[in-house]
Amino acid sequence: MRTNRFTFARSALRSALIAGITIFFFGGKFASAEEARVPDTIAQRVAACVVCHGKEGRAGSDGYYPRIAGKPAGYLYNQLINFRDGKRTYPVMTSMLENMSDAYLREIAQYFSDQHPPYPAPQATQSNPAELERGRLLVHDGDKAKGIPACVACHSAKMTGTAPAIPGLIGLPRDYLLGQIGAWKIGTRKAATPDCMAHIVQKMDAADIRAVTAWLSEQRVPADASPAPALKIKLPMECGKLSP
Amino acid sequence: MKRKIIWGALALLLTIIASTLIWLVLANRNPDHKQPSVPPKNPVKQIKQGEYLARVGNCMSCHTARGGEQYAGGRAVPTPFGNIYTSNLTPDAETGIGKWTNSDFWQAMHNGKSKDGSLLYPAFPYTNYTKVTRADSDAVFAYLHTLPAVSKKNIAPELRFPYDNRALLYVWRALYFRPGQYTNDDKQSVEWNRGAYLAQGLGHCSACHSPRDSFGGTNLKAELGGGMIPVLNWYAPPLNGDKKNGLGNWEAAHLAAFLKTGVAPSRSVSGPMAEVVAGSLQHMSDADINALSGYLKSLPQQIAVQTAAAENIRPEDKKAMISAGAKLYENQCATCHQASGRGVPSIYPALAGSSAINTPIATNAIRMVLHGGYAPSTVGNPRPYGMPPFGQAMSDEEVAAVLTYVRNSWGNQGNAVSSNQVNQYRSRH
Repeated sequence: MRTNRFTFARSALRSALIAGITIFFFGGKFASAEEARVPDTIAQRVAACVVCHGKEGRAGSDGYYPRIAGKPAGYLYNQLINFRDGKRTYPVMTSMLENMSDAYLREIAQYFSDQHPPYPAPQATQSNPAELERGRLLVHDGDKAKGIPACVACHSAKMTGTAPAIPGLIGLPRDYLLGQIGAWKIGTRKAATPDCMAHIVQKMDAADIRAVTAWLSEQRVPADASPAPALKIKLPMECGKLSP
Repeated sequence: MKRKIIWGALALLLTIIASTLIWLVLANRNPDHKQPSVPPKNPVKQIKQGEYLARVGNCMSCHTARGGEQYAGGRAVPTPFGNIYTSNLTPDAETGIGKWTNSDFWQAMHNGKSKDGSLLYPAFPYTNYTKVTRADSDAVFAYLHTLPAVSKKNIAPELRFPYDNRALLYVWRALYFRPGQYTNDDKQSVEWNRGAYLAQGLGHCSACHSPRDSFGGTNLKAELGGGMIPVLNWYAPPLNGDKKNGLGNWEAAHLAAFLKTGVAPSRSVSGPMAEVVAGSLQHMSDADINALSGYLKSLPQQIAVQTAAAENIRPEDKKAMISAGAKLYENQCATCHQASGRGVPSIYPALAGSSAINTPIATNAIRMVLHGGYAPSTVGNPRPYGMPPFGQAMSDEEVAAVLTYVRNSWGNQGNAVSSNQVNQYRSRH
């Protein structure tokens, strides 16, 4: 896993920055007295993010740096706030965001929300037909007996998310999905109260979580992966911070 | 004969105990503690002044838990003796300072004692705040009393034995606490004295920028001489006019820009100081920022800067590291920091000639490469540029190589960085 990270990160950086290096190398030679410049754009400002999250936020090479491109802007903003303020625990993210203003976080969230690079092909999961079917059922119908609502009730019929603040759950590595659901289960990830995901996850057992993550990570992302427009129907349960 | 010896020994013991007690009492005196409060001519103006002074002191940063309500306390201040939690400064009657008077507040700021007389742990830097005038202390108190009251109980300190015994603080205070408001140096200008008052008092710069001994105290002669911040483990550089390790080579305008906005033509603030800029310095007036920078630059070198141990590396190994580091620099660093090491003004800081890069203790440089970071959002620099973390993509050897290269290029003359040193900071954020 470590080798993949090195190789991907190095090659991503090289391929993405070869042009930049050339320009600055030669620029430096011919204009040694002049000061170097970089574009005064949000894209240049978030260059530090793409080293882990991939070019335009498409995703890192392993499960731990999720795709941030094309996610609903409100969702991305909430996550940046949560990392900065400690509702999500990942020291690398916290130290990057520590002293950023709310307004700047909003701008960063909007930038990545507007990026739409292609999705990679889905991973092959080590699952079996019974587990995949259980996953499909939970996603589309939920489990009335256990009190688990259908995922599509909030995350949209195509599971590509709902504007402004509910994320899509397809096109993500299974490791990442397992990590986040697990974090909700043990309480290291929190959303704004009422924390609906926390309530739902408590009702899921290990088999349910394996099933749902297996099915989701196998799905091919549709050509139009944009989030569904804002919800007009009542959600099955109350959720915090779903409006901007 | 035996009796005489016993009586003699007892007398000696009593003398020792008595002199210790006398010393403790004398050393814990506070000469201007009875400074009276003068009611303000303009209460509205006093509150505004108090709000400004609270920013200068950066009270909110410590007295707010991460993601918590402002000024309601609960943030853990880590010390080598355990965590001490900040208190609720909102005017809540039961859990905050709602029942306090400005004399109670003065007692805390000026004499390090709580309303009930209990000694405060100097994680609250009253060793600095003692210099604040009565009028300014009253102004801050007036402002705090206008905040919305938040009900949040204070958390007891988590200190290990014997540091959990507050009575021991009498000894600590005798050794390290020199109470008293700031007094003007008549040989210096009004502006210099303002800068000194800000730095020594509310600014409490010496709380981080001084070396601390094993009791957590600072040697008064060494204050602002630079040192490792205990537990946080960042290096706070010397604040004085020394050209090599201090602020002597900074242009006054650049220093002022750095403090007020977080960036200057060849520099960018990072680490715990970024929080100071974001929470405090960016809100200060230009006049105060200039006074502060002028004062700091005027100081003589306080102590010899700690030199690193003699390099334990063969010259040919160092050459190999520099050569490997050069390649890494070209691939990973040069796009932003440039092949010349001069960076991009006010965006990507210069590495060439940077006192931050060349410190004998390479802590801060290692941390920046491993964990990256952004300059803070400030009024003067609201949308900062940033540096990615390289800890995930580079091994300890690679980080050590690229830092050794940087510290030995473009005229930089720093020692090598070892992979062991790098490893110490991998999981420390």
